[in-house]
Amino acid sequence: MKILNSYFGKFGGMYVPQILIPALYDLEKVFINCKKEKKFNEDLSKLLKDYAGRPTPLTLCKNLTKCTNTRIYIKREDLLHGGAHKTNQVLAQGLLCLKMNKKEVIAETGAGQHGVAVSMICSLLGLKCRIYMGAKDINRQKLNVFRMKLMGSKIIPVSIGSSSLKDACNEALRDWSGSYDRSYYMLGTSAGPHPYPSIVKEFQKIIGKESKIQILKKENRLPDAVIACVGGGSNAIGIFSSFIKHKSVRLIGVEAGGKGLNTNHHGSSLTLGETGIYFGMKSKILQTSEGQIRNSSSISAGLDFPSVGPEHAWLQSIGRAEYFSINDMEALEAFEILCKTEGIIPALESAHALSYAIKLMKKNPRKKQLFIVNLSGRGDKDLNTVYNSLIKKEK
Amino acid sequence: MSRYKYMFNLQKKTKNEGVLVPFITVGDPSFNFFLKIIDVLIKNGADALELGIPFSDPMADGPVVQQANLRAFKAGINIETCFSLLSKIRKKYPKIPIGILVYANIVYKYKISNFYTQCSHVGIDSILIPDVPIEESLPFYKESIKKNISQIFICPPNANISFLKKISLYAKGYIYMVSRPGVTGIEKKSYTIDNNIINTLKKYTSVPILQGFGIHKKKEIKDSIEMGTSGIICGSVLIKIIEKYSEEKKILKKIKKKIKFLKLSTKNIF
Repeated sequence: MKILNSYFGKFGGMYVPQILIPALYDLEKVFINCKKEKKFNEDLSKLLKDYAGRPTPLTLCKNLTKCTNTRIYIKREDLLHGGAHKTNQVLAQGLLCLKMNKKEVIAETGAGQHGVAVSMICSLLGLKCRIYMGAKDINRQKLNVFRMKLMGSKIIPVSIGSSSLKDACNEALRDWSGSYDRSYYMLGTSAGPHPYPSIVKEFQKIIGKESKIQILKKENRLPDAVIACVGGGSNAIGIFSSFIKHKSVRLIGVEAGGKGLNTNHHGSSLTLGETGIYFGMKSKILQTSEGQIRNSSSISAGLDFPSVGPEHAWLQSIGRAEYFSINDMEALEAFEILCKTEGIIPALESAHALSYAIKLMKKNPRKKQLFIVNLSGRGDKDLNTVYNSLIKKEK
Repeated sequence: MSRYKYMFNLQKKTKNEGVLVPFITVGDPSFNFFLKIIDVLIKNGADALELGIPFSDPMADGPVVQQANLRAFKAGINIETCFSLLSKIRKKYPKIPIGILVYANIVYKYKISNFYTQCSHVGIDSILIPDVPIEESLPFYKESIKKNISQIFICPPNANISFLKKISLYAKGYIYMVSRPGVTGIEKKSYTIDNNIINTLKKYTSVPILQGFGIHKKKEIKDSIEMGTSGIICGSVLIKIIEKYSEEKKILKKIKKKIKFLKLSTKNIF
């Protein structure tokens, strides 16, 4: 029997083959028990501090905002061990996996950041790890693939369908349908069947908690807006979590606009998707008029997903969070700007959020406004993609 | 009397055999050729049909079925042509039970009530939605009752007693018993289903049980029926033939041979 509510409004649920339901119930039970357990929380806090390097700083972008009255702070999840926020929740899920006595871990990855984080944790905890990754993503994220391999993970290329994250997700779920008795499925984002959206949010809340304490200390007030990129939505839900109850704070999610919202090459499921059922949940989905799942597209592999976590769909439906799109070129531009002005190389995912913040700043340069942008990861993994794009632009 | 009831009653009263339900994807590999395959299946031993509506992301199915879906898409099959094909089959074969397997998003997008209405117009007897477990099934189940279509539920090999009680309350038409964990597809290894599950189900309900997932060998089929199932569902072993051969004649010949073998395997059990 499920204990937690599996829905956020009308979004969420457990739309998986019947065989996986007991495994999801077991996971929910262990998650609830662990949350209450002192030892689990102590172990997790220790790992977050001593292994991952929390708390991460909140950095003011002084140069970027020069000559304006806007103050943009960036939450430095890029400085976390592994290079992205993904480490937070996989540490916790790794401990859940040990609690469940599972020795094998299945994961899926797009940009490779989740794959890297899972590989790290599996090495650390002595777990066997296999990671599904779209063949297209393997090609564009070579460095992360190498990292995962170095840490002992087996990478399974997925060539069917669009060869990207969506197909890797299908394959991971298929694998789990046959191996749930011995394998732990370490889902990478706040999406998928219940209880994953709740688990991932719980363990990403730390980003919001730290940000709130830090901004109050630095500015003695809450920000006007918290801005984060949204693929599946884990970094965004993590940083939003502490601000949801503060209605004065705008919550802004930024989706992949890809080649443009007027094309079919984007990943803006909240902006242009429709409610449907896919990847174990009811949420907003990019789909055809017949209910087939559309391929998404983004320069950033981590945002290249045709759906989104159910809590985001709910926050949008009740008007608490707003979601906008930034296209590939705008994200690239923001990527370069942060490199040049602040000496920080952001992940292409995070560059989407930053781009929207810059847009808001430019729209009203005289307005006194205070933003926090979640810099969900660092951009080393994207250098090849950015390099190729810049070369093209120069030509 | 419903077509399923008629079929299972007939099987009980007059025959000493299990039923054979082939599964193929609607429109695979093309509109007209699919209809020819259906003719071969029905003429050579199919007691009922289980037909998959092509879906882009069939997470409960293995690569063989996924490729069949892609072939159907390539041939231009969409939901309207699916219904048109189903309608043609129903007109030609008014008595055979026809079930469809369809993923939740297609039903949801079509609007649940409209989808079931359309199925009812076409003469569909049952609907199985592999990514809707019993826990999420209520809106679909309500429509199935309204439209007098059997909602088919899957009984997995890890079912516990409370699930078996639940499925027994909801089940209509037949219960789809899954041979093993995982997704659909042919496997070399044989799986035996749990005798306790069958006995418990039989204690709680008289709805017939059909076994599916990877079952295609003579011994597996006989064992299944001996243990108390009413028959078997075979998919990947047939779809593999469509995948393997390009020549129409050869495909039809091979499918004919295979379906005859499968039907024969369901006979003279006791």
